[in-house]
Amino acid sequence: MGTPSSVPVPAGVAPGGLFASPGVRHAAAALGAFALLALVGSFAPKWLTFLLTMAAGNGLVSLGIVGLMRGGVVPFGQGMVFAIGGYAAALIYNRLGFTDAIGLALAGGIAAVLIAAPFAPLLSRYRGIFFAMLTLALSMVTYGLLMKLETFGGSDGFNLGRPTLLGQKLPDDRVGFILFLVTVGFAVVMAALARIYFDSTRGLVTLATRENELRVEYLGGSVRQAMAINFVLAAFCGGLGGALVVMALGHIEPTFSFWTTSGEFVFVAILAGWHSVVAVFVASTVLEVVRSFSSSYFPNTWQLALGVFLLLVIRFLPKGIGSLWHRERR
Amino acid sequence: MQTAVTILIDGLTYASWLFIVALGLTLVFGVLKILNIAHGSFYALGAYAAASFVGWAAALKWAPAFSIVAMMLAAVVVAVVVAPLTERALLRFFYGRDEVLLVLVTYALFLIMEDVTKLVWGANPYYVSEPYALFGNVSFGRQTWVGYDFALVALAVVIGVAVWWVLNRTRVGKVTLAVIHSAEVASSMGVDVSKVYMGAFSVGIFLAALGGAFTAPMISVQPGVSVGVIIVSFAVVIIGGLGSIQGAAIGALIVGLARSFAVHVAPVAELFSIYVVMAVVLMFRPEGLFQRTQARRI
Repeated sequence: MGTPSSVPVPAGVAPGGLFASPGVRHAAAALGAFALLALVGSFAPKWLTFLLTMAAGNGLVSLGIVGLMRGGVVPFGQGMVFAIGGYAAALIYNRLGFTDAIGLALAGGIAAVLIAAPFAPLLSRYRGIFFAMLTLALSMVTYGLLMKLETFGGSDGFNLGRPTLLGQKLPDDRVGFILFLVTVGFAVVMAALARIYFDSTRGLVTLATRENELRVEYLGGSVRQAMAINFVLAAFCGGLGGALVVMALGHIEPTFSFWTTSGEFVFVAILAGWHSVVAVFVASTVLEVVRSFSSSYFPNTWQLALGVFLLLVIRFLPKGIGSLWHRERR
Repeated sequence: MQTAVTILIDGLTYASWLFIVALGLTLVFGVLKILNIAHGSFYALGAYAAASFVGWAAALKWAPAFSIVAMMLAAVVVAVVVAPLTERALLRFFYGRDEVLLVLVTYALFLIMEDVTKLVWGANPYYVSEPYALFGNVSFGRQTWVGYDFALVALAVVIGVAVWWVLNRTRVGKVTLAVIHSAEVASSMGVDVSKVYMGAFSVGIFLAALGGAFTAPMISVQPGVSVGVIIVSFAVVIIGGLGSIQGAAIGALIVGLARSFAVHVAPVAELFSIYVVMAVVLMFRPEGLFQRTQARRI
């Protein structure tokens, strides 16, 4: 190891000024994005705030997938952590009487981490199609369990009431907007943290793994450790997203863990590409818009529209919509 | 004892159609290196086509025995018309891309086909009951089974042997094996690789459609049949090892027996018994039962 001065400074870090530290820059960007979204949300009609809430909540799950994709693996069962987060929040609400929206969201994320973490060392051994299939198997086992367990409401799932925020009850006419703020708030914070993590040493090791795994190990990096940590972080994002979506929907059912749900999260991650965190939420919003418009205007063919759209993206934007504005730095 | 026999026979029946479908999936993966999510959609297409063909056969007053011919014909039509079209118009643009990206391409195809089948056949269920009664009943001990189930087992054996024989004992098969081994080298030896791709894809789709056509009499053909089949046949080929015929056979048997054991002994576990088996196999044999471990790329 050389002296600190011999460590090359990553490109893109401008010298001097208040925004010299990437942390400050990302915090400022997150704050700006949140303020802008809050402004949009306060003027937007109810259906649009709901749509954006769902997009942000689902986008969090895809953000976790993007983190794994940067290492070259794609989980096809992220519905599992999404469902665990959702069920945890809903059960805590109904059984323990804890109703704070922020607390429930965090509880969802933590529950997903607790259940997913034991599998992380195992999954970190697998690559490519086997990683995808093993995660898929886990999510389908979860789906099967949730369908059969009557204490969790069986195949119908169950409802949960309206959450509170910091001890305050949410008024009828503002509840949608406040849940929107909470969800978007979590989304921008996680996006900023993800960006910082992606640019950190471990984040770059993940990226190097994608290029050549063996080389990373010869250089002293632990690929399996990076993979395991990425999986746990993705679980947190997924659980958080699940809890936030459940609060907005007021209902949960086993289909949260079904493979088609997982497929949609992967869809968004591929659509976004692994270069930009903002792209994840843009892609998630695009999916929600396409879904809600086509299901109201041509209810019988909206999957067809979605499929054609996905094919066009894979064909013409193979690196995702993030590649439109995010140039790779060399 | 009675339960054991029931589990065995139910498991075998389930395994046999599953083997036919999974064989197609594993063949397509072996040659084209595509894990086809839309495979289940072709299965559904086969089932729907069989429903229509058997209906027409009945309308034309064909003898009931010909309903089997009608089901075969349905699978052939799907393989000859839809498969080459899909391969030429869609898949060939994505050859050589990342495996997981190809899964996404077929996921898109799955979404499209899901709606197309609904547009063509509507959302109401179809019933194809005629062929189910053709083979009568078989009594064994105190219990009676439908003869059709045993016919299905026989069909699976015939299909398995036929595919093995073509691959290992004919020129076409050897060329295909060469392409599986290395498309590049095969191509430099004068093999028309794109023709092999199209052929293998069509045969794979034929097997999916055949599986669908011959299960149609046992189920109600309705939207959603494709969704379940995909994941189960994935489990089969993953357990057996991707691209292996013996693997597909053993995988189908394991899955079939595991499921029927769960159904009869522990119904709670029915929905996820298959995935537990798959997860356990992957933990100890990460590449499946019949796949040699591959060296890592430096």
